[in-house]
Amino acid sequence: MSRIGVFICHCGENISRTVDVERVAQQVGRLPGVAFSTDYKYMCSDPGQNLLKNTIREQKLTHVVVAACSPRMHERTFRKAVEAAGLNPFLCEMANIREHCSWVHEDKEEATVKAVEIVGMMVERVKKNRVLPTITVPVTKRSLVIGGGIAGIQAALDIADCGHEVVLVEREPSIGGHMAQLSETFPTLDCSQCIMTPKMVDVANHPKIKLYTWSEIELVEGYIGNFQVTIKKKARSVDEDKCTGCGVCMEKCPVRKIPNKFDCNLGMRPAIYVPFPQAVPNTPVIDRENCIKFKTGKCGLCQKVCGPGAVDYEQEDRLIVEAVGAIVVATGFDLYTIDEKPKGSMIKGYGEFGHGKIPDVIDGMTFERLASASGPTGGRILRPSDGKEPKQIVFIQCIGSRAREKGISYCSKVCCMYTAKHTMLYHHKVHDGQAYVFFMDARTPGKSYDEFWRRSIEEEEAVYIRGMVSRLYQKGDKIVVQGSDIAVGVQVEIEADMVVLATAVQPQKGADTLAQKLGISYDKYNFYSEAHAKLRPVECATAGIYLAGACQGPKDIPETVSQASAAAAKVMALFSKDKLEREPIVARVREAGCVGCFACKKVCAYGAVEEKEIRDRQGNLIKVVAYVNPGVCGGCGTCQATCPSKSVELDGYTDEQIVAMIEAL
Amino acid sequence: MHPDKPKHAFEPKIIAFVCTWCTYAGADLAGTSRMQYPPNVRVLKFPCTGRIDPVFILKAFQQGADGVLVSGCHPGDCHYIAGNFHARRRFAVFRKLLEFVGVDLNRLQFSWVSAAEGGKWVEVVTELTEKVRAMGPMSEFKELALEEQWSGAINTAELKEAYNQI
Ligand SMILES: Cc1cc2nc3c(=O)[nH]c(=O)nc-3n(C[C@H](O)[C@H](O)[C@H](O)COP(=O)(O)OP(=O)(O)OC[C@H]3O[C@@H](n4cnc5c(N)ncnc54)[C@H](O)[C@@H]3O)c2cc1C
Ligand code: SF4
Ligand code: SF4
Repeated sequence: MSRIGVFICHCGENISRTVDVERVAQQVGRLPGVAFSTDYKYMCSDPGQNLLKNTIREQKLTHVVVAACSPRMHERTFRKAVEAAGLNPFLCEMANIREHCSWVHEDKEEATVKAVEIVGMMVERVKKNRVLPTITVPVTKRSLVIGGGIAGIQAALDIADCGHEVVLVEREPSIGGHMAQLSETFPTLDCSQCIMTPKMVDVANHPKIKLYTWSEIELVEGYIGNFQVTIKKKARSVDEDKCTGCGVCMEKCPVRKIPNKFDCNLGMRPAIYVPFPQAVPNTPVIDRENCIKFKTGKCGLCQKVCGPGAVDYEQEDRLIVEAVGAIVVATGFDLYTIDEKPKGSMIKGYGEFGHGKIPDVIDGMTFERLASASGPTGGRILRPSDGKEPKQIVFIQCIGSRAREKGISYCSKVCCMYTAKHTMLYHHKVHDGQAYVFFMDARTPGKSYDEFWRRSIEEEEAVYIRGMVSRLYQKGDKIVVQGSDIAVGVQVEIEADMVVLATAVQPQKGADTLAQKLGISYDKYNFYSEAHAKLRPVECATAGIYLAGACQGPKDIPETVSQASAAAAKVMALFSKDKLEREPIVARVREAGCVGCFACKKVCAYGAVEEKEIRDRQGNLIKVVAYVNPGVCGGCGTCQATCPSKSVELDGYTDEQIVAMIEAL
Repeated sequence: MHPDKPKHAFEPKIIAFVCTWCTYAGADLAGTSRMQYPPNVRVLKFPCTGRIDPVFILKAFQQGADGVLVSGCHPGDCHYIAGNFHARRRFAVFRKLLEFVGVDLNRLQFSWVSAAEGGKWVEVVTELTEKVRAMGPMSEFKELALEEQWSGAINTAELKEAYNQI
């Protein structure tokens, strides 16, 4: 027989003003199973909690109901107190008679009747509560970081510097991401390479970082503290251990005219290549599609010239399994290609701006490569079509961004600032040139940002025109840009030598596929979703997975680095414990009833349901049943409501508990 | 008693099944903002609308509820990734079934109330209470429950034939 103790709180006057607390205590005291009931001024205060603890001991209570504020407020407080008095914390429930009763009703009689019913409901529920054990899972103190842009690099270095091993996986032949492509960076105009490459080298030399480049995530299994990740290491055709990075192979390769993606296809590279001279690792990769050896079986020059014998045409893709306890996703962004509507995309094309058709209409990243001292033009701003210096240059902002009718309604956040930067770089390099900017708004919140933007107008003589471009076409070797200046209400026409489009920042291609492998959520654009927009901005809703950088939304470098360090801090917090405790609200399968239909498995968004074989003593298979991994289970209970044979039950929210509440009404 | 508050002949019993993360929190917010609404509703908290078995709704009606409200996070905002999507599909089918059985669907309401929508909670609860009050007590299920126990005479030819075939 249960001996339930009920404690009605006055909450000062917050409850007692509209609820007759003494009457509630009296009436509830008569319910079967209730051994003790009382009311008290402040249950959450020290004396209130002591009253609770002492009464549990003196009255030998088996269950407790505290009728007070919302459980979202003080459930932890009271469960802790109950635990301190030697009861299992899950034998304590709260009845919400403040937020759901005294505060929302004025009539004392009505509110009192309602309060009695609410408490009665919880009394019936608590009778069915079971002792729940605290669930602990071990923590593997190694971390996976996916993506080696500045976000991934920063997170990896922070975690590794704290002494924990990091596995860093990058899809491209080198780490660095977009920041490695930038020329100089706002708001200080320091050279991107100069601040980036030391960090890249730190990654390469760090004893705690295991770097897999030219690699992708194949499969992610497990759960917080205990992930098993299968990594596909694509065949590089060069042995990383043997290669010294001398570069002789690249010099000798007869294939020379492959557009280099790193240089936005402005520069050329051989078939065996590193994407840029400062690449980390400095080991070349053979582009098998363009290599003569792979296409025809002839050539093989690179193998012949390679001193250490590192070139290996037989190399195959390899699968490697790594055990980690936490995952940081830092896969960054891509720029929207605007020439046509991308296949399968909800976003419409921007054919009207001539990108992809008029060679001197380029995007912002291409401009970065032109302006970069280590770029294909050695830092000179030259037209891709004829190599001439453009004397009139037009920048158009918000291409794709903030254009709901085109499919993207968000602001790409970095374009206002980098366009201002581009006008400055242009002015520094082409002294007699004139830059025009078509813009809708200038969005420059950020430390020293507005000052930077103003400088581009006031000191670097960029002409800002508020308005959109309506038409753009080639005329001789000029590009005619027609638009309106809505500030003065006139049409403007500029004969430009070059046009730079600030195209929308989008997630990386395949971001959705990766999210599905990881079991994390993403928005309609494929940006990854944080658990809470304000209070948990670097955590995924899926425990043990964290976000850093532009994969979560458009971000500049300072923000990216902050988020990466924050994600690293979250990983460190996780690694500060040997075992992980979690709320025992998890589903459990009653194997006797389970018919093995796995309807539960289909609806589980966490992938917590596994198949378990039941065998007899001789080892013969009797049946296959569902098993819920308590480390993975999110505790939503969707499986229970789905199970046709009622064989899975969510602890803390069992049918028994809920039906008891309904029947109490 | 408030002097200007009308007294109704019938006060319906409304049961609300809500998720912890959105609607329960929304109802809490209505409280902290001291909004006022009719006291007819009793709230049952679930981790997620995904956990709500349609059987609970039947049970509630059987237990004398005159109206049932099911409310959770907005689509896409589920704390548990996708629980509310499953719930939505499940209830779409369940509504059809109830309709088929002859339950007036006006007694069963689904809504999305987020943790920020204290005002919406008040609106939804108030509207449902008023609607159900106007409809009067729910009797269909009580009659069904009676029929179940019915063991009257087999007194017509058709009944006799049917009886013999069982
Ligand atoms: C034209 C332009 C100019 C800019 N100028 C500035 C500036 O001056 N100052 C400033 O602060 N910011 C600037 N930015 C913004 C800056 O580029 C970003 O803030 C920064 O690059 C974001 O870093 P990230 O690591 O999140 O993403 P990224 O740099 O995109 O890195 C992501 C990395 O992940 C890898 N990856 C992707 N998918 C996978 C996968 N599935 N598996 C493994 N690896 C994967 C990619 O190959 C890449 O290496 C500019 C942006 C643009 C477009
Ligand atoms: S084998 Fe391929 S990569 Fe090597 S030199 Fe020949 S073409 Fe270049
Ligand atoms: S593969 Fe050989 S030749 Fe090419 S960089 Fe490495 S060591 Fe030099």
